[in-house]
Amino acid sequence: MNQWQNFTKGFIKDNPVFVLMLGLCPVLGVTTSAINGLGMGLATTFVLLMSNTVVTLIKSLIPVKVRIPSFIVIIASFVTIVELVMQAFLPTLFEQLGLFIPLIVVNCLVLGRAEAFASKNDFISSVIDGLGMGLGFTFALTLLGAVREILGSGAIFGWEFVTGDGMLVFVLAPGAFIGLGYLIAIMNKFNKAS
Amino acid sequence: MSKQKKPESTFPNMVIALLLVTMIAGLALGGVYVVTKEPIAAAKRAKLENALGKVLPEFDTLKNKKVPAVNGNDSLAFYTGYRNGSEVGTAVKTYTEKGYDGRFDIMVGFTPDNRIENTAVLNHTETPGLGDKIEKSKSDWSKQFNGKNPEQFQLKVKKDGGDVDAITAATISSRAFCDATKRAYETYEKEGGVK
Amino acid sequence: MDYIIIIITAIFVNNIVLAQFLGICPFLGVSGKVSTSVGMSGAVMFVMTIATIVTWLIQNYILIPFSLEFLQTITFILIIASLVQMVEIILKKVSPPLYQALGIYLPLMTTNCAILGVAILTMQSNYNLMEGVVFAIANAIGFGLALLLFSSIREHLDLLDVPKGMRGVPIAFVAAGILALAFMGFAGLV
Repeated sequence: MNQWQNFTKGFIKDNPVFVLMLGLCPVLGVTTSAINGLGMGLATTFVLLMSNTVVTLIKSLIPVKVRIPSFIVIIASFVTIVELVMQAFLPTLFEQLGLFIPLIVVNCLVLGRAEAFASKNDFISSVIDGLGMGLGFTFALTLLGAVREILGSGAIFGWEFVTGDGMLVFVLAPGAFIGLGYLIAIMNKFNKAS
Repeated sequence: MSKQKKPESTFPNMVIALLLVTMIAGLALGGVYVVTKEPIAAAKRAKLENALGKVLPEFDTLKNKKVPAVNGNDSLAFYTGYRNGSEVGTAVKTYTEKGYDGRFDIMVGFTPDNRIENTAVLNHTETPGLGDKIEKSKSDWSKQFNGKNPEQFQLKVKKDGGDVDAITAATISSRAFCDATKRAYETYEKEGGVK
Repeated sequence: MDYIIIIITAIFVNNIVLAQFLGICPFLGVSGKVSTSVGMSGAVMFVMTIATIVTWLIQNYILIPFSLEFLQTITFILIIASLVQMVEIILKKVSPPLYQALGIYLPLMTTNCAILGVAILTMQSNYNLMEGVVFAIANAIGFGLALLLFSSIREHLDLLDVPKGMRGVPIAFVAAGILALAFMGFAGLV
């Protein structure tokens, strides 16, 4: 597998949301609009990239039995950094994403990539994997957010093209489940065809 | 695949590794905390000033105090604005726990003649498209409070025998907003705000 | 605050899975069969209650007095991870039957965002210890209820003739959406 394939696998073939189905809580929880999905995706990408980088650098220094606790400490530190920086410079977005920012720490995607990829591969591959997977995650969140925003509020990235209410059910909780269900079905079809 | 030899999982090795990882993490976090402390405080202050600017008439000096809420277990912050030495109004930072998704905070400004100057939502997690119409950026709903004297204007939704038109399909959020405003007014009244 | 309101809100109105979207991974992962979802719910209730008590004590007696609230995330996750390990070891020794029933679900608890989520929500809502415990138990019941309902729906789905593209996960999500729609009807309860 060359590095380009390593980078692009996160978008379609091994998309963390549509195919691997990891870290679904924020996927459903914050995607009431495209911009929230994008913000959450980028925050997760940062944590994923940094934790993959650090884990691959120190993998030969950590005894096997304490690797998981060490990974958790590393991930939690980067999550806290994201929390502090967002509070300082993006307070509005931080409030909207709320609980789901600290919960990046238990996103199975982040720990899963650290354990399954970064702790076994070289530096360059791990960095690219983290970036690719993170952007694939961001892509999925933004897509679901856009679909829900278009159908639910008749707007895209905050720009309203239909005045008044849309199909409100799509911005509410049930719309998250239904929207994701249909997107997965479409992605399955797409993956089989290619 | 790396074929490097990892340290054995002996007790001292594990303790040292974990100690080092947590120590470095702790130091890094402490550093980031110190660096972001001032910007976080600035962001909070900017938000407060923005809300005060909305709910109070123009002012040049500000006095603030904390007052325990009437029928609630938290305290409310009072910000009284003065212009050229005379009082122009008092902003009360109030809260409700009856929102659709729990607590939210709003700011209510009262003028000395006992009217609501304006209201501003500080934070909320009400449902997008329904309950979030309490925000001015989403709907004009909360403008019905402006200029009203809570002595005559019952701060309850019409369904509960008050004077407030509830947001369609979001009675709970509307009730919660009234609850917060009422708490602000009652506390303001008890503090001798009414002349 | 009224305990009844906390309980009803947590179970029905703000159901942890169907309205708050916490614990989706185990919700999808173990909801294939009714029997496994009962085991999972039991393990969640056990760990969630203990974790909320311990994190509450840490928050109010260590983090707040030393104004270290910014370390909340990292402290809580470490407490939960070690707590899960400890519960596993103690259960194995003290009560083998209980360990048999819950054992395989315990390692999954560390990455279950419902546990950390409820711990953080308890602190955000400024609950006292007793309210926190009631909140944790009610959320665990809500999780169990959603899981149980969903797994029985999925057992029925297996027998139906679902269009090919929607088979498996997609139809499960749509079913979860309809279940969430049904739960929205509880909104007027409080």
